[in-house]
Amino acid sequence: MYIIVIGGGKLGYYLARALLDEGHEILVVEKDPARTEFICSELGSVCLRGDGCEVATLTEVGTGRADMFIAVTGDDEDNLVACQVAKHKFNVPRTIARISNPKNEAIFKELGIDVTVSSTNIILESIAEEVPTHPLTHLLDIRDKGLEIVEVKIPPDSKTVGKPVKELSLPPESKLFLIIGKQQKPHVPTANTVLQAEDQIIAVTTPESEEALRTALRGS
Amino acid sequence: MKVVIMGCGRVGSRLAGLLDIEGHSVTIMDTDAYSFRRLSPDFGGTALVGDGIDEESLKKAGIEEADAFVALTQGDNRNVMASQIAKHIFNVPKVFCRIYDPLRRELFGSLGIEAFSPTTIFAQMLKEKLEAEE
Repeated sequence: MYIIVIGGGKLGYYLARALLDEGHEILVVEKDPARTEFICSELGSVCLRGDGCEVATLTEVGTGRADMFIAVTGDDEDNLVACQVAKHKFNVPRTIARISNPKNEAIFKELGIDVTVSSTNIILESIAEEVPTHPLTHLLDIRDKGLEIVEVKIPPDSKTVGKPVKELSLPPESKLFLIIGKQQKPHVPTANTVLQAEDQIIAVTTPESEEALRTALRGS
Repeated sequence: MKVVIMGCGRVGSRLAGLLDIEGHSVTIMDTDAYSFRRLSPDFGGTALVGDGIDEESLKKAGIEEADAFVALTQGDNRNVMASQIAKHIFNVPKVFCRIYDPLRRELFGSLGIEAFSPTTIFAQMLKEKLEAEE
């Protein structure tokens, strides 16, 4: 694949390096001349000095034949504009933008960017997974359907310990599909499955009923 | 008319003043409070420190009730992004955007953003002046 990377900072550099190792054709566009020189000396002639939002620069690097366009500068607005130029002027099939402000995820989607990667969100999610007392952890978003897969841990002092699944008042959009017990093997819960202390429950839910699901499972 | 202006530079501050005198309700935003020194002492509108590419800051500036939004920062991309948020997320009826780069202006113009390039306008004006005086 021919992949264009906008922004030759640390992220852009390591990304280009990894993609080159995988055998892709890569071109990095970077504003800073010293940085451009560094990338060329490390990776070969794969970096061009220029503004990745400018039509002229993007024409020069052959954006019209690119299979993928990835904008990873540190500024959300630059990544948005670069991707929009690639998409609307050069019809690049897939555009990916890095974002810093997690709120821009929805905005970029609305404005036609195919994929957004929010480093802030990724780090926040990792923190949530590491904190054992965190009641609900996001595992995966199924964005097109408005669903998400979450994990809920049942604390030992929870009122729901010893109750069967059918007695829990789960919100209608939520389904439990796996219980990983402390001693037991992972099992698919049925209506009569009884919750045990420190069970990890994997469930599918919607962002709106997340809170209701957490309350139903943990009893508080 | 309620107008939100992003960027309190020479043009932004002047536009804010003109609209304010006419009795419009003006909110002007800038990321640097020092920029507000450009506003006239009798400016009756609101000056707000905030970033126009941040949804929350735009809400604070009253974008949800605004009749018009004008993006006038030094950064073309910031202007483009803020204008698109105003137009497509908050459905502001009138959105104007300054884009220095003529090619970028052309592209975003075709994507439905009403944009002006001072570069093109000024160059054209100078050319006409020069030719007229020949």
